[in-house]
Amino acid sequence: MKLRAILTLTVYAILAIFASLWMAKQAYAWFPPEASAESKLIDDLFSLFTGLGTFIYLGVIGPFLYSLVFHRAAKYDDSDGPHIEGNTWLEVIWTAVPLALVLGLSFASYRTYDKMAVRGPMELVHLHMPQMMQSAYAEPFDSTPQQEIQNALESAPLEQIDVIAKQWAWVFHYPQQDVSSTELHLPVDRRVHFTLKSEDVLHGFYIPAFRLKQDVVPNHEIDFELTPTRVGTYRLRDSMYSGTYFAANQADVVVQSVNDYQQWLADAAAQTPSAAFNRAAYEYSRANSNSDNGSTKDKVAVRGWETIPPAPPPVVNYAPKQEPQSPPA
Amino acid sequence: MTNISLEPINVTRGQPYPGAPDNWRRFFTFSTDHKVIGIQYIVTSFFFFLVGGTFSMIMRGELITPDADLVDRTVYNALFTMHGSVMLFLWTFPVLVGLGNYLVPLMIGARDMAFPRLNAISFWMIPVVGVLMLASFLVPGGPSQSGWWAYPPVSLQNPTGNIINGQFLWILAVAISGVSSIMGGVNFVTTIVKMRAPGMTWFRTPAFVWAVLAAQLIQLYGLPALTGGAVMLLLDLTLGTSFFAPERGGNPILYQHFFWFYSHPAVYVMVLPAFGIFSEVLPVHARKPLFGYRVIAASSLLITVISGAVWVHHMFASATPGWMRMFFMVTTMLVAVPSGIKVFGWVATIWGGKIRLTTPMLFALGGISNWLFAGITGIFLGSVPIDIHVNNTYFVVGHFHYVLYGAIVMAIYAAIYHWFPKMTGRMYYEGLGKLHFALTYLGTALTFLPMHPAGLMGMPRRVASYDPEFAYWNVLASLGGFLLGMSTLPFILNMVSSWIRGAKAGDNPWRAIGLEWLISSPPPVENFEEIPTVISPPYRYGTDEPLVATNLQQELTQTP
Repeated sequence: MKLRAILTLTVYAILAIFASLWMAKQAYAWFPPEASAESKLIDDLFSLFTGLGTFIYLGVIGPFLYSLVFHRAAKYDDSDGPHIEGNTWLEVIWTAVPLALVLGLSFASYRTYDKMAVRGPMELVHLHMPQMMQSAYAEPFDSTPQQEIQNALESAPLEQIDVIAKQWAWVFHYPQQDVSSTELHLPVDRRVHFTLKSEDVLHGFYIPAFRLKQDVVPNHEIDFELTPTRVGTYRLRDSMYSGTYFAANQADVVVQSVNDYQQWLADAAAQTPSAAFNRAAYEYSRANSNSDNGSTKDKVAVRGWETIPPAPPPVVNYAPKQEPQSPPA
Repeated sequence: MTNISLEPINVTRGQPYPGAPDNWRRFFTFSTDHKVIGIQYIVTSFFFFLVGGTFSMIMRGELITPDADLVDRTVYNALFTMHGSVMLFLWTFPVLVGLGNYLVPLMIGARDMAFPRLNAISFWMIPVVGVLMLASFLVPGGPSQSGWWAYPPVSLQNPTGNIINGQFLWILAVAISGVSSIMGGVNFVTTIVKMRAPGMTWFRTPAFVWAVLAAQLIQLYGLPALTGGAVMLLLDLTLGTSFFAPERGGNPILYQHFFWFYSHPAVYVMVLPAFGIFSEVLPVHARKPLFGYRVIAASSLLITVISGAVWVHHMFASATPGWMRMFFMVTTMLVAVPSGIKVFGWVATIWGGKIRLTTPMLFALGGISNWLFAGITGIFLGSVPIDIHVNNTYFVVGHFHYVLYGAIVMAIYAAIYHWFPKMTGRMYYEGLGKLHFALTYLGTALTFLPMHPAGLMGMPRRVASYDPEFAYWNVLASLGGFLLGMSTLPFILNMVSSWIRGAKAGDNPWRAIGLEWLISSPPPVENFEEIPTVISPPYRYGTDEPLVATNLQQELTQTP
């Protein structure tokens, strides 16, 4: 009897381990493409969490369901179950194991965070030197950033881009060339340094393909760095609710080879600034035009309330001809 | 251990109508009977649950297609704001206070709450909050459109220029709800600490009572922060002060600290009583003592302590420095330890028991399985690097709806079915109850599971329109949302018809052990003719040891 129980348990544990490993592999497929050095780190961490999480889930739900199936009272059985109040050893184990587990996961997350070399709103003076990326509190452990980030830092100086968020538009300004754009162009395999600014409310600078996000706070300049590693077009979304046209506050992110990027900057610098298409301003003017029946207010079933008017369409050197049309993610 | 109990107070309480348990009019009076107030809370908040659910179904209707084509964007934004506000301030908080109100005095052998009038006042503030919230649909500019967080500067933007706008009414409603909750907290803590029956030491107190105590302590230390934040926001909005307004030099991030210092622990205010319900329902329907009762009881207070230092995990993507992110990551993950103790204890409780899959048992088991899933995704969210990707996406929406609907609402249903015979003296219809469970469980999975992949792909929360790549998951979630709406129908039918003409249930249909099951159903106005003397810990299933001193037990069972 006891042998059988141990055998069953062992077989179930092995199956659960295989299922967890399989889930950990699957986890990579749940994300948009990995387009930055940081995204690889986050996906690995997420996969680790998924594997362990699946194992815990199966470890609990298995006995739970087994009990529901095999420990049911017969129809006319009015008796009580065995009087078992607890088991000190079991209770110690299931306190200590989760404690060790979450401390381990915290440590793994901490290492990942370190390797991402995230620049949050630390509001510190920073020098553009790779060795300064090591934060002081990380001394006891190897805290060098991820290899791709390290390479990008060593191959070229940081690419400086200012990001201005407002209700409801994104404007990207390249200070060295004095170029502005409503589409974010980035060089591949280069460390990019953003200065995030907001003109009105909180916004969220979020590029899912990069797995990175930072709120943008009015009256603050927030440093943010990342390293694109894959050529392609991705979507930037406002992630912090910013009012009426929040959902439409998106932009395209174009990651290009360094040569294409330089070419694009040069071409854009040659263009005279003009008003870009802006989804919020477009919808607002349609909704509030007295012209005829063509307004968007007639397109929706329920009319709305008064809103903060959107900022006028940004005047920039470069703007995509239409609203963002990037492929998935 | 001190066993303090107040002597029975034999003064006639002023009640406009006789509070006899069979007089339905008492539910429409300013009654000071905790049982009447408890049911008033439950029924009122269930009405608002339906209101909040209607809002969410309109939202799911909007989100069934990628474009903003059903309602205007301002309407959508008002709907998600009001959905969150109504569901939290007018359903989850009050319904759990209602259950606590009904059950705590019965479970600890008291005749009423410590402050019956305060109790009644706390309740009657809830309809006021509800009227203010819903009235905001009628003012120019519509209801608040800044989400239930009401983050400035968006919450300070006022396109109509009226002082009495939706945001103003919202802040007022939240402040009144806060005052009501603080009064409730004082009442609960006093009642539980001072009014337990003789012999009911802390480790003879039911786990539900421990959980309510732990939850109400959070209300006492946390709510003043939220209320303070709300007052400052109100001043910024109306008088033009500059606490949070950036254009006047204020700091909007400060508000986030005030808000989350309370509003994260608030999740535990809601989930702790749900844990308490699981701990009560499982032993009864598995006929086995609660496994590791003392640890489960004490872990509630551990959650109270830890939850005071986790709030910044809502702000990992805000303007928070690295050290803060790391510190709050560790504290957040530590919550998994007491929560894990409870889950393991519940599984061990049903293991080897004599399980009966009654409706309350099904809801409790379903709630625990959902909580397990939500707890695991919660650890994902606690990890700073993962959170930097999924923060403010549908992954978070899926996670907290698994907590709120999957675990807490399921627990509430379990409690209502489990104590329905006690509250009404009648039995509900088991078939309708099981149908209700099946629809609710399926609806929860269908609505909230698809939100997780949508969030991982990068769909932000609170969007009225989205990119077509997310459409698949949103269609599933919308169908699930409508199913959840339908799932309330068998419940309402069951409750109304069983209350009117259900079979008589008897005093203790579950053969459960607990003070509340020793008295008649529905309980008499003063609950206990004589305050019982507790002589053993709760959940003595499988032994013949009595719960209360023998002479009294005989006396009580002899009452018709």
